[in-house]
Amino acid sequence: MTQVTTPAEAEGTAGDGVMVRAEQVHKSFGSVEVLKGIDLEVRSGEVCCLLGPSGSGKSTFLRCINHLEKINAGRIRVDGDLIGYRERGGKLHEMREKEIATQRRAIGMVFQRFNLFPHMTALQNVAEAPVLLGRERKAAARDRAAALLQRVGLGDKLGNYPGQLSGGQQQRVAIARALAMQPKLMLFDEPTSALDPELVGEVLDVMKDLARDGMTMIVVTHEIGFAREVGDSLVFMDDGVVVESGAPREVIANPRHDRTKAFLAKVL
Amino acid sequence: MSSETDTTERARPEPIQAVPVRHPGRWVAVAVIGVLVAMFVHLLVTNKAFNWAFMVDEMFRPPIMEGLRGTLALTVLAMVIGVSLGVVVAIMRLSENPILRGVSWAYTWFFRAVPRLVLAILFGNLGILWARIEFGLPFDRQIGALFGVDDFEARLFGFSALEILTGFVAGMLALGLSEAAYMAEIVRAGIQSVDEGQTEAAQALGLSRTQILRRIVLPQAMRVIIPPTGNETIAMLKDTSLVAFVPVSTELFFQLKAVGNRTFQVFPMYVAACLWYLLLTSVLLVGQYYLERHFSKGFGRSAQAKIRLRGITAEAGGSTSEAGR
Ligand SMILES: Nc1ncnc2c1ncn2[C@@H]1O[C@H](COP(=O)(O)OP(=O)(O)O)[C@@H](O)[C@H]1O
Ligand SMILES: [Mg+2]
Repeated sequence: MTQVTTPAEAEGTAGDGVMVRAEQVHKSFGSVEVLKGIDLEVRSGEVCCLLGPSGSGKSTFLRCINHLEKINAGRIRVDGDLIGYRERGGKLHEMREKEIATQRRAIGMVFQRFNLFPHMTALQNVAEAPVLLGRERKAAARDRAAALLQRVGLGDKLGNYPGQLSGGQQQRVAIARALAMQPKLMLFDEPTSALDPELVGEVLDVMKDLARDGMTMIVVTHEIGFAREVGDSLVFMDDGVVVESGAPREVIANPRHDRTKAFLAKVL
Repeated sequence: MSSETDTTERARPEPIQAVPVRHPGRWVAVAVIGVLVAMFVHLLVTNKAFNWAFMVDEMFRPPIMEGLRGTLALTVLAMVIGVSLGVVVAIMRLSENPILRGVSWAYTWFFRAVPRLVLAILFGNLGILWARIEFGLPFDRQIGALFGVDDFEARLFGFSALEILTGFVAGMLALGLSEAAYMAEIVRAGIQSVDEGQTEAAQALGLSRTQILRRIVLPQAMRVIIPPTGNETIAMLKDTSLVAFVPVSTELFFQLKAVGNRTFQVFPMYVAACLWYLLLTSVLLVGQYYLERHFSKGFGRSAQAKIRLRGITAEAGGSTSEAGR
């Protein structure tokens, strides 16, 4: 997490190994500024854990990365591409909805409340988007969806509706659903916060597996153990700014800022 | 710990065999209703005004059957117009475009304000406005005049209004357009009942707005939309009798009444109308039941019950098989 960038790097060419680069991201809801200049860099294959008290803007920042929220100032680049805008002649042009949708396909997202499609089985949940977007034939998409569900340990639950699955199982289906789009980046917004304690482990295991396979991930979490074990970098946010960042073990063992200390004291 | 061992060692208590609570009120109600039903049946059987033989004889005659076909066709067509246009109006209402929102609001406002009976009569008389209905460049004469061309006409094709706006079509449009206003409100409520997170999850997958609406939101909204739509269909079945004022004669009630008027046996034919509408409505209710069942996939009680069952087996150690991935 070095913040020293040369102008050439700041252009965000895809070849420099940086998957996500956020520069001075500002976001307001009405008159309330929720993000007050976030700088963040996540390299390809890295797991970046985002910590911070409730209301500090973690979810909002994550949602800005796939343009579920429009930012008011700054730039977000994913794999070198500016998100939501095109820069032409020194001016920013809003992208069409179609182009934004195309950008989102490369970015998987997992929500705190799973948000599975309740009227579809686990298999349909996973296969739906690839089929709808014409990426694969139905049979091929189903085979791959089944393989993905197998991978997250749900090979025997293909035909179950979300209402027939436990929270941990639902979240694993949600991860498989995001993976079905073969994203180059995965965003997790407190993926285990809505789970009963005994179900947290099964979801974290899937995420660890994913990290081991080299997936680039940004994970908002309160699971300090996960951050320490899996995270390549840890970013502590409070009140819309990055307070502190660095190697997870370092930050957790020797937090420099009082706000980080106070927060860690509460969650540890 | 010790209490646990206690329960296993102590003898199982004998099952409870208590005297159930008596409900004398229920028996009184049953008696009262029984007497009322008996009185009603007695009336049906003994009162000559019903003239059952005549009614049964008349209620399946060809003109009546044709009226029945007309009523069914009107119901189906008006509901098809109502539902499809209603979905469009609802989507417009929820759009980000203020003009579409305004148009949708105005549509709903107008068609909900004007009674169906008035609409039916109005549509029956639309021929007064235009002798012909033509399609082409709008305001072509005015544009022609602007460039100094007299009688400039740019029209592709047209029909005589009387040919197109037959009573049947006028009645169908009056009922269908009016229905669309009500359906729009129902569809809107349905769409809004779907959790925001569904749209977000679909957006995050990179689906387009139309794909999200068609595959994710509307199927879930159906659960909320279907029951009131069933009511609307039943109401429509009965409202088709209003097209008599267009006037349309191929309609069930009109035909039954005509027989009554002709034979001076008015009352039996009204009873026949009741029976026909009861029968048709019952058929619709069966259809509604199956539709509701189809669209509650993944929701209903059975799904909940299955989770509970699963929860119990999981607690009993069933979850270990999954952990060993
Ligand atoms: N859509 C919204 N409209 C208005 N305020 C919002 C909206 N979303 C989030 N906020 C506000 O932004 C702040 C940050 O929220 P959030 O990003 O969810 O924090 P976190 O995920 O860190 O708990 C909160 O004060 C929240 O109330
Ligand atoms: Mg949050």
